[in-house]
Amino acid sequence: MSKKDFKKSAAYMESVPKMKKIMRNYYLKAKYARYLGRKVAWITSGGPVEPLIAMGIIPVYPENHGAMIGVSRTGVKLCEVAEGMGYSTDLCSYARADIGCSAAGGGPIGGLPKPDMLICCNNICGTVLKWYEIQARKFRVPLFIFDTPFVHTEFTKEAKTYVDRQVEDYIRFLETVMKKKFPRDKMNVVGKRSVEAMRLWQQVLDTATAKPAPLTAFDAFFHLALIVTLRGTRTVLRYYRFLLDELNRRVENGIGMVKTEQYRFLWDNLPIWHRMRWLSRTFAARNAALVADTYTSAWCGTVDHIDENDFLGSMGEAYTRIYLNIGVDKMAEKVLNMIDKYEVDGLVMHSNRSCKPYSFGQYDIRRIVQEKRGLPVLILESDMVDARKFSEAQAETRIDAFMEMVGQK
Amino acid sequence: MICCGIDIGSVTAKGVLLEESKQIAGAIRFTGYNAGNAAETILQSLLEQAGLKQEQVDAIVATGYGRNSVNFADKALSEIICHAAGAHFAVPAARTVIDIGGQDSKIIRLKENGQVTDFVMNDKCAAGTGRFLEVMARALGTDLDGFGQLSLKSRTPAAISSTCTVFAESEVISLVAKGEKRENIIAGIHASIAARTVALANRVGVVPAVAMTGGVSRNIGVVRALEKHLNLPVIIPENAQLTGAVGAALLAQKGK
Repeated sequence: MSKKDFKKSAAYMESVPKMKKIMRNYYLKAKYARYLGRKVAWITSGGPVEPLIAMGIIPVYPENHGAMIGVSRTGVKLCEVAEGMGYSTDLCSYARADIGCSAAGGGPIGGLPKPDMLICCNNICGTVLKWYEIQARKFRVPLFIFDTPFVHTEFTKEAKTYVDRQVEDYIRFLETVMKKKFPRDKMNVVGKRSVEAMRLWQQVLDTATAKPAPLTAFDAFFHLALIVTLRGTRTVLRYYRFLLDELNRRVENGIGMVKTEQYRFLWDNLPIWHRMRWLSRTFAARNAALVADTYTSAWCGTVDHIDENDFLGSMGEAYTRIYLNIGVDKMAEKVLNMIDKYEVDGLVMHSNRSCKPYSFGQYDIRRIVQEKRGLPVLILESDMVDARKFSEAQAETRIDAFMEMVGQK
Repeated sequence: MICCGIDIGSVTAKGVLLEESKQIAGAIRFTGYNAGNAAETILQSLLEQAGLKQEQVDAIVATGYGRNSVNFADKALSEIICHAAGAHFAVPAARTVIDIGGQDSKIIRLKENGQVTDFVMNDKCAAGTGRFLEVMARALGTDLDGFGQLSLKSRTPAAISSTCTVFAESEVISLVAKGEKRENIIAGIHASIAARTVALANRVGVVPAVAMTGGVSRNIGVVRALEKHLNLPVIIPENAQLTGAVGAALLAQKGK
């Protein structure tokens, strides 16, 4: 398809080039931070970024970088570098790609800018602890660990005290590293913006309740980058308002991302970054749209636990309650809610070799979904970045069999 | 009505011709490197057996890994639905189908009417498949034909890991070096396949009756080991290796 034809097609969205530009500028700024007199912090994807924004620190996400490495299909090479250094192939491919890239360079943007500090929050997994310790040793920079206790059934008072104290530790850490006072007024503004961004992001995702869905999970994986990296800034608000307008217009005009949408599915786990196009085409060719996913909604799922007038006082709890830090029963509850909300015909689960906390429990969630909603469930084995863990022929057979099962209904 | 099912597997290509529900021809050969050619040869052999011309065949469905390389097929369907249809036809009581082929093992759950309710397949690993047995046969300097019978003689199967074909092969080699009896090693290999398959099957739940299809069902040692691990009898339909092709032909009939 020529560029001109593509612009006229239903798949084209004005927001996309806008987003690309924002991300390009963001990474340029981060890369040249030292010439701009700015500090850079590396932070985990589920980490509390707002205090960094309030402090004027540029946050950089090895995991977002990992996703870019996956999409650009440079993951295997970088993983191999890490494996050559002695890291196991069983280690998370984001960690391997990051460690490999820090050691040997490469990747789609020639590596991340060197950090001045590292912020690690273990609400997403335990791997990040060792991963960030390794990077702290390598770059000889201070590391702050925000430890979020696992929420098996409930978030206890003790847990609340524990995380709230760490919020104060975090602020002191930033004051020490930056050698300046933490701007609490600015923090209030940033906190409010962050909450608004989360609400906007939820609205963006909710447009997919429309039939046909104006965007699919594959689009959400792309538009997600901003709520991950820059929530709390004005840029994010402006962008998501623009995106939401565009999506609402698509809904009004009945424009679906999958023209022939007949089946609607829910996706679970991280994207298979190195096969995004193949997967979206494979499903679209079978008249199926992946209309929602458990992954992108994780960045707005706890917004109701945040008091926008007391962001610092409430963020500890919100960051602790995220999707990957709760018990399987709670996860299943969220999945069931999404199934009902987006009116899907089945669940597609990516059993991700890299992400153990996400993949562990999938068979239980699958059983619960089958029992409570009677929906078919497909499990695809792969890895978010390491393409060696994926076989197209096997995946295609499973998808075909799944579609035949759905079609039988 | 005459319908044809072609099942291009990773190791062997299979085909059948059905006249209504009666099989009038069946063929098996190695797939080789050209799936399209294999399919063509299979079709010619079927037509020859039945004394028919291609125009007399009303519908053709292809399945298996090479399903999309069968240019003359009217339709390509996944091996899950074809094995389910074939197994339901041969063993109507079957609610669980275990299919172990060259590089896949899969467990399919069926409704009473033969509809698929759930399935699970092995991940990207050849342990517990026909390929696993082939590698082991090579390591033991024997061929696959005697494998099943030989293992039944074993009283104390050797312990063999089920994690990986390559690791298991080196385990076998070290057992050979230690002078372990061949039948014990083979029995151990079968137990490891059974353990792995049953673990996979438990993900979708095993409901009797259990039928087994695919090339590995020809190995009585694996079948017995599966029965022991499942604590259930396993029914092997006649010509179990052709089940996928029969299912494809049945679905071709249905589609017409």
